[in-house]
Amino acid sequence: MNPYLPHLAEIRKIIRETDANDVKTFEVVFLDEAVRKGFRYKPGQFAQVSVFGVEEAPISITSSPTQKGYLEFSIKRMGTVTTALHNATEGMIIGVRGPYGNSFPIEDMEGKNIIFIGGGIGLAPLRSLINFMLHEENRDKFEDIMIIYGARSPGDLVFKWELKKWEKREDVNYFVTVDKGDGKWRGRVGFVPAVLMEVAPSPKNAVAITCGPPIMIKFVIQNLQELGFTPEQIVTTLEMRMKCGIGKCGRCNIGSKYVCRDGPVFTYKELQVMPKEY
Amino acid sequence: MSEKVIQKNKMVDFLNELLKAYKVFAPVKRDHIVSFDAIQSSGEMLLNYLNSRIPPKEIFFPRSEKMFEYIRDDLIEVKEVLPSEERKVLFGIRPCDAKAILLLDKVFDSPDYQDPYYLRKRKETIFVGMGCDRPQSTCFCTSLGGAPFSEEGLDLLFTNIGDRFVVKGITEEGETLLEKYEQVFERAKKSDLDDKLNVEKEAVNRIKSKIALEKIEKRLDKMFEDSFWDRIYQKCLGCAVCTYLCPTCHCFDITDETMDTSGERFRAWDSCQFALFTLQASGHNPRMSGKERVRQRIMHKFNYFVKNYGEIACVGCGRCIKNCPVNFDIRQILLELVS
Repeated sequence: MNPYLPHLAEIRKIIRETDANDVKTFEVVFLDEAVRKGFRYKPGQFAQVSVFGVEEAPISITSSPTQKGYLEFSIKRMGTVTTALHNATEGMIIGVRGPYGNSFPIEDMEGKNIIFIGGGIGLAPLRSLINFMLHEENRDKFEDIMIIYGARSPGDLVFKWELKKWEKREDVNYFVTVDKGDGKWRGRVGFVPAVLMEVAPSPKNAVAITCGPPIMIKFVIQNLQELGFTPEQIVTTLEMRMKCGIGKCGRCNIGSKYVCRDGPVFTYKELQVMPKEY
Repeated sequence: MSEKVIQKNKMVDFLNELLKAYKVFAPVKRDHIVSFDAIQSSGEMLLNYLNSRIPPKEIFFPRSEKMFEYIRDDLIEVKEVLPSEERKVLFGIRPCDAKAILLLDKVFDSPDYQDPYYLRKRKETIFVGMGCDRPQSTCFCTSLGGAPFSEEGLDLLFTNIGDRFVVKGITEEGETLLEKYEQVFERAKKSDLDDKLNVEKEAVNRIKSKIALEKIEKRLDKMFEDSFWDRIYQKCLGCAVCTYLCPTCHCFDITDETMDTSGERFRAWDSCQFALFTLQASGHNPRMSGKERVRQRIMHKFNYFVKNYGEIACVGCGRCIKNCPVNFDIRQILLELVS
């Protein structure tokens, strides 16, 4: 097995997520049926996505393993690969290899209250776990589920088509906020860390999972600790420049940990003993 | 294991015999630079050399190599490009470089993912070492558990004792070579073996740099935030020659090169000493300045690699010292760190 060889996959559907059109969700299907069945992943893992003729980039898998037969990637236009993907049309063939990395510690989260705190496109990796937990097969394994999600503006909220479903569910405590509203916005206005303090989830038997811009994560972690969460109860997922995805090419390490292999998911307790180089 | 002797004038015969059965890589001088390359005739091999400028890692991990090709027309087709598995002899590798290959094995042949490009070339290779009878002033292998005549990672070891070599079979593969080509070897006399011991002793004595590195990993555990790095990185130009010529450095880039409807993905040596190495698409760079990058090089070799693979990723070959344009001497860094 050559771990560097991408499997061919078709972009079956492209969803425009933001008003600025800088985030799109790609529904992707492997061409080979055996690969489609064999590609087993867990929430929190990522894949290396190839655009032939451009390059490869590590992208978190935003679909949940409970969605069978296809993968979803939500991608912000940033560099060469993501720009090429944004220029793609439905039907284009790309390459996908993986899944890579550890995953969210799902077993440790069973029987607990779960608090998701996401900002902007940082919701993409969390969404895999949210939909996994909300799936009928798994919902009973977890206690209360809370989602706090924010973006810069209403137009920057991603997965709007799905946020509504979460909001309507009786078994989800859902809070959405924007840094700055517009004429039509009737919801909450305020930064995610501030909303977290307003909502003030209890740390008792709880795990908080956060992903978003570095500055948001920094204040979310501070505030969670103020609310009484211990470093073990705080989980986040990191990004780094990557090439191989399998712990060999040497660029995504933070200290002795390779984000591609030992991460991308770390508890705050783990991060505390790692060098501050991310 | 057995020890034999070969007269220097018989070396040509031995190499010619090897060339019939194996692809032979040996030190050669091309464009004034000594490196390892496949030879077609025994005459190409350089016997009188200190060490190669370019480490022999490039035989298994070339500067640039194709990983696969693809066609991107109406259909996309990916064609895997794997190196052929052939029986090879790596002739004349120094013990420090042989040890370095064992360190690279840990990375490319780790239990989780095996790297087929490296392993296909690496397998079926017989390592014929040439003991280091003239260590240079920049050598410090003995500080890293090595020695000029260390047998680690070798199948055969040659020791130069004047007009002949003492040849020691170290592994079964090495012994098989001694038997297969017995016509070129002679029985080693007691005086030959005494000569060999003397050469070894003299070589060890030539190595003046001694650094006690037993505690370096623990020491570095506490050094990440230290102002030490602010000082030592200043003179580094970030040219990365230290990492390119390092026999244990293995960082690489993966990139595509495309023509109209076809393309290829290849990998090439990369270096933690370059700013682009860790630059993210957002513009954020976790290793922004030379300070972080010099720190990464030292930490990776003497702390991170030890944590991941149980050994220091340096063999004391001295190439980074010898080739640095600004005389950045890793031994001074290490001495400061352990003192």
